[in-house]
Amino acid sequence: MGIQAPHSAGRETRDSVVIRFAGDSGDGMQVTGSQFTVETALARNDLATFPDFPAEIRAPAGTTFGVSAFQIHFGKIEILTPGDEVDVLVAMNPAALMVNLRDLRPGGLVIADTGSFTERNLQKAGYRANPLEDDALAPYQLLKLDVTRLTLDAVAPFKLGQKDALRCRNMWALGLMLWMYGRDRQATLEQLAKKFAKRPEIAQANIAAINAGHAFGETAEIGEGFPAFNVPKADLAPGTYRTVSGSEAMAFGLIAGLKAAGLKRMLFSGYPITPASALLHTLAGLKPYGVVTFQAEDEIAAVCAAIGASYAGVLGVSASSGPGVALKTEALGLAIAAELPLVLVNAQRAGPSTGMPTKTEQSDLYQAVYGRNADSPLVVLAAATPADGFEVALEAVRLAVTYMTPVMLLTDGFLVNAAEPWQIPDVGALPAFPVRFRTDPHEFHPFLRDPGTLARVWAVPGTPGLEHSIGGLERDHDSGHISYDPENHQRMTDTRAAKIAGIADDIPLQRVAQGDERGKLAVVGWGSTFGAIAHGVRDARAQGYDASQIHLRYLNPFPRNLGELLRGFEAVLVPELNTGQLVTMLRSTYLVGAEGLNKVTGRPFKSTEIADAIRARLER
Amino acid sequence: MTTAVSAKDFASDQEVRWCPGCGDYAILKAVHKTLADLGVPRERTVFVSGIGCSSRFPYYMSTYGFHTIHGRAPAFASGIKLANPELDVWVVTGDGDGLSIGGNHMMHVLRRNVNLQIILFNNEIYGLTKGQYSPTSRKGTRSPSTPMGSVDNPVSACEFALGAGARFVARSIDTTMPDLVHVLERAHQHRGASFVEVFQNCVVFNDGVFDGFTAKATASEMQLHVEHGRPLLFGRDGARGLRLRPGSMELEVVTVGDSGATLDDVLVHDETNKIMAMMLAHLEPPAHPIALGVIYCEPAPAYDDEVYAQVSAAGTPTDDIDALIRHGRTWTVEG
Repeated sequence: MGIQAPHSAGRETRDSVVIRFAGDSGDGMQVTGSQFTVETALARNDLATFPDFPAEIRAPAGTTFGVSAFQIHFGKIEILTPGDEVDVLVAMNPAALMVNLRDLRPGGLVIADTGSFTERNLQKAGYRANPLEDDALAPYQLLKLDVTRLTLDAVAPFKLGQKDALRCRNMWALGLMLWMYGRDRQATLEQLAKKFAKRPEIAQANIAAINAGHAFGETAEIGEGFPAFNVPKADLAPGTYRTVSGSEAMAFGLIAGLKAAGLKRMLFSGYPITPASALLHTLAGLKPYGVVTFQAEDEIAAVCAAIGASYAGVLGVSASSGPGVALKTEALGLAIAAELPLVLVNAQRAGPSTGMPTKTEQSDLYQAVYGRNADSPLVVLAAATPADGFEVALEAVRLAVTYMTPVMLLTDGFLVNAAEPWQIPDVGALPAFPVRFRTDPHEFHPFLRDPGTLARVWAVPGTPGLEHSIGGLERDHDSGHISYDPENHQRMTDTRAAKIAGIADDIPLQRVAQGDERGKLAVVGWGSTFGAIAHGVRDARAQGYDASQIHLRYLNPFPRNLGELLRGFEAVLVPELNTGQLVTMLRSTYLVGAEGLNKVTGRPFKSTEIADAIRARLER
Repeated sequence: MTTAVSAKDFASDQEVRWCPGCGDYAILKAVHKTLADLGVPRERTVFVSGIGCSSRFPYYMSTYGFHTIHGRAPAFASGIKLANPELDVWVVTGDGDGLSIGGNHMMHVLRRNVNLQIILFNNEIYGLTKGQYSPTSRKGTRSPSTPMGSVDNPVSACEFALGAGARFVARSIDTTMPDLVHVLERAHQHRGASFVEVFQNCVVFNDGVFDGFTAKATASEMQLHVEHGRPLLFGRDGARGLRLRPGSMELEVVTVGDSGATLDDVLVHDETNKIMAMMLAHLEPPAHPIALGVIYCEPAPAYDDEVYAQVSAAGTPTDDIDALIRHGRTWTVEG
């Protein structure tokens, strides 16, 4: 037959590519995407990922609401977002095509498994006719492959049952995509051998499926329209890198904080909730690092146990998502009143109520800053990227133990699950902020304060001579005893506020991430919108628009220079995945005419949405 | 180590602010005496409470204390034990705090078997909020929130504890100092979660609610003081006893010598027998005497011990952050 490898002569070069793997929630799309990510990182591309999966663990097969997807954006250029538009959509069934086609750019490539485009699956996905057979996909390139049959052929020697054999389809598709972008397969083959060590026939079959997909690309006559690509190495700063998800980065940051504080133990206390549980899972495997994890009976118990642990002299940490944080609110008030350190991570998700647990949103900022009874200030920080979780978690620990205060750390479903390359920091250069427990009984009382930080002493049970009681009742500023004295309550309320406000003097001044410190438009964001805003501002600036990017890590208190900085711009635009929370805070704090750019679809901003908004404002 | 030798050394310098005549005073005294008898170090002792009259308790102790939020004391206490298992932790709670708003935490601290002591002051009423009926109030209790009498069935604290999987369940009365001290010492001795219900008289909102078995006239006839290995006898001259009603699974009161009942028919208390414990906890006056003392004690591994056994088994402690963050696949970009 003389099958030619039409592309062996050379590959087309691309600066960056966006691929989305989409299939049924049982099709293994997250594993496929994660392995493609590993191989891409090892190929030295910069990258960002976006896992997007349904809340249902195994929704009925073939339905649109059961579609699970994993998007990866990689390239030789700096990659800031998982990508606005998809270049290549791998659709493992009709439902995956139905749900994801809207994000494919015109002219983009659809790779469809024809074996799954059966009458029944088409019907379940809501197709009246097979889109692979009519002109529904005319604006795109289409590569029809019977991945199902090709996989079954490839794994036939291993005599698996039909179900296990079909489960190898994702690996066949992965093999093809690894070939198409010239990635190595080695890390994946090792991973499979390790994962299925106890079932070697499954490992062998999966490996055979990858190799078959790869070989198909190399040898089959796919056609001139479907070349292979070369995405050159990114120009990353020198150093050692790894990929890291938001949860991993945060777990590492908390442990680094534990060490920097000189504390011997952390109690991480959580209750299962999407999307926060990943942090509990990660830390549960890190016991030798001084971590004790506790799966409590409910959200309230989880935070109470963490506060109890801080009272007893270790670092108390808890994590949840908005609805769980709501349940923890009363206990946060106690931590504020008793002035105990605590780190509480909120992996935000779309709400209100149960909302959309696996979809991202930034709508808990008010809850974090204002959402408690009484005047009860605490510190609020937000991570901007998955890797940023490391530094922010470390900073959360520093502020919690230095100021004897709860710190709320905001992430979201997108940040927690997404991954990116991370330049491994020099551990020796990390800050140290050793805790000094009070041990001296002389003139001790539990609300003695450091005159600089206003933090009270940390006096822990087990210390002779410091026996005392604390609690939620208002206490005398001087003795710590229960006090209903009017002036004392005024004084204590003022002190609690001043302590948190004073942290503004102990955090970096707000910098401009891109652009000038004065000008026509400041685009101010916080949290996981960093990448999309950076990309949007970059594009707008490249077109000559005078826009600067300001991205906030510190949301309470704000950096000392923020008001002045904002007033240096003619206009302020605040993109947020909520209906306008930071924008309200900025307007009320600084009396600036900030304007919101808001979206609550459960999906991240696209950079084009930011760039378009910038242009619209500056062209008025 | 802070040496405390007498009961009063465990009292704080704070003025006690319970109502005059409140049963809490007697319990406080019994706890002071228990700690002195046990000779525990004050600095390693922590009292954790929730909200309610009883929860003011830590302020009146010269030990460490944490007055937390309503119902959650067991959760704070669990965190304290996980942070530092060396600490000797007591939870002080009430019927509303421990069995209503905090019922969930009570269940879990007991079934996990965290190594601490829980004293539940049961006065069958909400005192601090001025007299509403509580989850242990008997059906028909008239209160500001139930002017026609409560219609919900009460929960039995000890049956709840046994049902939750507690390995130590005991019961006492506020004013019976020697018995209460004995029970508290046994609770302290037990490694695991120890649950002690104390009938506590609220003089203002529920005065005399336990008179049916605490008043002088009724006490000896209606109190059954159980002791491991001793027959379940009670009454003025110890003539009445409990036996299994023949052909059934329930306890009945017999008078030794009457109707052919002999001492051999009377059950001997076995505090390791959970079925017997359930039956004893279930006894209610006036048909039956109230069971007091150590109803159940069958130790099992404590949660904090098992957690730390896993921590040890997980590997040698390390603070090598560099190794942690470099674990897995890395790659180097040359300068």
